[in-house]
Amino acid sequence: MFRSFRKLWMVLGVLMLLSPLGLIATGTAFGEWGLDELIGEVGFVPTGLKKMSHLWSYVPMEGYSIRGFSDTFNQSSLGYIGSALVGVMLVVLIISFFYRIAKE
Amino acid sequence: MHIPDGYLSLQTAVPLVVAMVPIWRIAVRKVKKNLRKREVPVLAVGAAFSFTIMMFNLPIPGGSSAHAVGAVLLAILLGPWSACVGVSVAIIIQALIFGDGGILAIGANCFNMAFMMPMVGYLVYKMVKGQANPVSTRGIIAAAVAGYMGINVAALCTAVEFGSQYYLFQAADGTPLYFMYPLKVAVAAMMSEHLIFAGPVEAIVTSLGMFFVGNNYPELIVRKQAVAFKEGAADNV
Repeated sequence: MFRSFRKLWMVLGVLMLLSPLGLIATGTAFGEWGLDELIGEVGFVPTGLKKMSHLWSYVPMEGYSIRGFSDTFNQSSLGYIGSALVGVMLVVLIISFFYRIAKE
Repeated sequence: MHIPDGYLSLQTAVPLVVAMVPIWRIAVRKVKKNLRKREVPVLAVGAAFSFTIMMFNLPIPGGSSAHAVGAVLLAILLGPWSACVGVSVAIIIQALIFGDGGILAIGANCFNMAFMMPMVGYLVYKMVKGQANPVSTRGIIAAAVAGYMGINVAALCTAVEFGSQYYLFQAADGTPLYFMYPLKVAVAAMMSEHLIFAGPVEAIVTSLGMFFVGNNYPELIVRKQAVAFKEGAADNV
C-alpha cells in the first residue's frame, strides 16, 4: 500500500505536518456557527436548529482537537496534527478494503 | 462547506441521505469495475489528501473561513466515481470523529462535495482540455478551471440548501426554524467566499496536483494508453 507512489505519501505527510496553518483562520465558516456563536453572529438561536444540533454527541475529537489539550496554540497544533493522523489512518483503512474487490 | 446538524430540516436532510444511497451504490460498483488493484493506493492517498486539505482553513475578511476540497483532482486522476467514494469516506470520518459537518447532514455534504463537485469538475476538465495532453499548458489550465468551477458549484448547492430552509420552515411567529437567512444572503455569502478565496485555492491545488502527478507518475494520467502500461511498473517506483 505505501511502497508504491511513495512521493504522493510524502507530500501527504508534509501537508499533515503543516496542517496547523489551518488554525490561523480563527473565524467560523458561514453557516457552521455553534450554538454558543449563534447569538453573536445571528442574534438568536432558531428553535428547530437547537433541537437538532446535538443529534450526535459521541464525537471523540471535536473540532480536530484533543479534549482538554487546546489551551495554547502549540497544544492546538499538536491536537490538529494528531487529528490529521487519526483521520488519514481511518480513511486509508476504509479505502484499503477496495483492494480486495478491485481487479488485477 | 460542512453543514452541521440543525441547519437543515429533517425534511431536507433525510431526502439527501436517501438520494446519496443509489449514488454510493453506483460509485462503489464503478470503482469495483474500473479501478485496478495497483490504483487503490492512489485512491487511498487521494482521499487522505482530500481529508487533510479540508483542514487548511483560509481566513476570510469579515471573520469567516473556507477551505479547498481536492475532489476535482481525484476526479481527474481516477474518475468522478472514484472521487465520489474517496471524498465521501473523508466527509463521513470528519462528521463521526471530528464533529465537522452533521450526521444527518452527511447526505447533503456528500451530495455537494463528493458528488456535484467531482462530476462538474470532471466534465469541465474534459471540455476545456479537449485533445490536449494533461501536462501541457492547456491541460494544466483545464485542471485549474475545473477545480474552480467544481468547488463553486458545490458552494452554490450548499447555499441553495441553506437558503431554502428560510422560506420552507418557520415557526408560528414567523421566525426561521433552521437556517436563518434568505436565499440571496446565503448565495451572496457562500459565493463571494468561494468565488474569491476558496475557488482560486482549489484551482491551484488541482493544477499543482496534476503537474506533480504528471511529472512523477505519468503512467497515472495517460490511462488511455493502458495497453502500453508495463505490468507492475507502478509498483517499482
